[in-house]
Amino acid sequence: MDCNRVFVSKVKRLTVVFTLLIAFLSIKIDTFAQVDSAVVPVDSAVADSAHVASGEPGAEAGLGKEKFEPTKVIMEHIADSHMWHLWGHTSLPLPVILYTPNGLEVFSSGNFHHGEHDYNGKYNNYRLEEDHIKVVAADGKVDEEASKAVLDFSITKNVAAMFVAILVILIVFISVASAYKKRVGKAPKGLQSFIEPIVLFVRDDIAKPNIGHKYAKFMPYLLTTFFFLLFNNLLGLVPIFPGSANVTGNIALTFVMALGTLIIVNINGNKYYWKHIFLPDVPFWLWPLMVVVEVVGIISKPFALMVRLFANMTAGHIIVLSLISLIFIFETLAIAPVSVAFVIFMDVLELLVAFLQAFIFTLLTALFIGMAVEEHH
Amino acid sequence: MDLVTPSIGLVFWTSLAFICLLILLRKFAWKPILGAIHEREQSIDEALNKAELAKQEMARLTSQNQDLMQQARAERDEILKEAKTLKDGILNEAKKQAQVEGAKLIEKAKIEIENQKKAALAEVKDQVSTLSLEIAERVLRTQLDDKTKQEALVANLLKDVELN
Repeated sequence: MDCNRVFVSKVKRLTVVFTLLIAFLSIKIDTFAQVDSAVVPVDSAVADSAHVASGEPGAEAGLGKEKFEPTKVIMEHIADSHMWHLWGHTSLPLPVILYTPNGLEVFSSGNFHHGEHDYNGKYNNYRLEEDHIKVVAADGKVDEEASKAVLDFSITKNVAAMFVAILVILIVFISVASAYKKRVGKAPKGLQSFIEPIVLFVRDDIAKPNIGHKYAKFMPYLLTTFFFLLFNNLLGLVPIFPGSANVTGNIALTFVMALGTLIIVNINGNKYYWKHIFLPDVPFWLWPLMVVVEVVGIISKPFALMVRLFANMTAGHIIVLSLISLIFIFETLAIAPVSVAFVIFMDVLELLVAFLQAFIFTLLTALFIGMAVEEHH
Repeated sequence: MDLVTPSIGLVFWTSLAFICLLILLRKFAWKPILGAIHEREQSIDEALNKAELAKQEMARLTSQNQDLMQQARAERDEILKEAKTLKDGILNEAKKQAQVEGAKLIEKAKIEIENQKKAALAEVKDQVSTLSLEIAERVLRTQLDDKTKQEALVANLLKDVELN
């Protein structure tokens, strides 16, 4: 009865929130139309502050009388970058590592001066074009053929943010491990007592029910996956340095994580797992169909993992940035409280999503491993 | 589209970083943490089991104690009862014996008294006869010193006889 009342009030609140959201979206579309048709020159100060607040390194645009383009700002933020924007016009240059057919080339991304200058490397001349490094031919134009031959292994913003997350993880867990060594057999304390329930959660609610008695072998992988994703997700929510990078919302990272799941599942698949794929329990004339379906299933399961994590994290970042962009689209401070309120709401939601996505990824990995190592009697 | 094309650099660095992280954490974090948790869980399990056993032992001891108490009480009651019977028996016997003994003594005393009485009477009779004889002798001697008196006596005696 009491629960029911709480539930009803929550539903009401959610309804209100969504109605407001829809209302603002329709207004936003209207404003777009207005701006497009009228081509009103945007006040440079507003545009400038837009770039500062939305945290974009490409702030040159703010100097001109250019109109605010939310899509561009958001996409730039979502994508990877060779610079790590700190504040205003200050960015941290990151090392560029290029593997060219002639050899390795290492230099600082500061040499590009935010894409304004070309850099004369050892083997080629390089230009930063939409945050991609391109080879510049002698005639001053981008040589697409040569650009394809150059592989970019740069420490980009995402890589650097990932390293930060890894550093944090290592510090946290090694200190927790030392606490366990120091306080043998005692109740957990401090950071230890914060981490332990999560570790136990991964063990008792993810690994054990899905994998069964062979769970111990997969614990290191599951725990590492869970905490790697969790820390990266959470750091991605921090709007200032060293957070703000959309690491887990990058398809490359989710691709690697899903690939890890694919490999660990198929390496540990037992004969029942392979029999289920190549000799499924169906009438023989269905085999051609079923084998194809099952083989596709091997790939599609991790593929779903990859897309789910990527889409969820990216969507969260896009929504938060869209809400912030509202202020600059309306060109009024009056909308700021509403925007900020929604951003706070979304950030809290994203905290949940950060945990949830790490959990789902780990849970499904455990489930797939469990399906692969299951014994049939 | 750019957004959904994994870039080789990030794939490379993520793979490298994740594998390093996995190896490092496995050695330096998961092994000690999971080991310690497992150990602690086992020790807690053990402690709980031990507590349960101790509880059972305690209950067992308590019931045993109670049994012992009851047994002791019963034994005590029996001993007391036995002692009482014994005492009663002894008392009765003693009483009987005392009575018998008393009766015997009384009997003896009676006989003795009788004997003594008899002896005393015999002695008294003896003495009385002796004394009477002596007295009679003396009296007779004194009385019969002179003739007159002897005559008077005889006369007197004769008078008595006449009266009879």
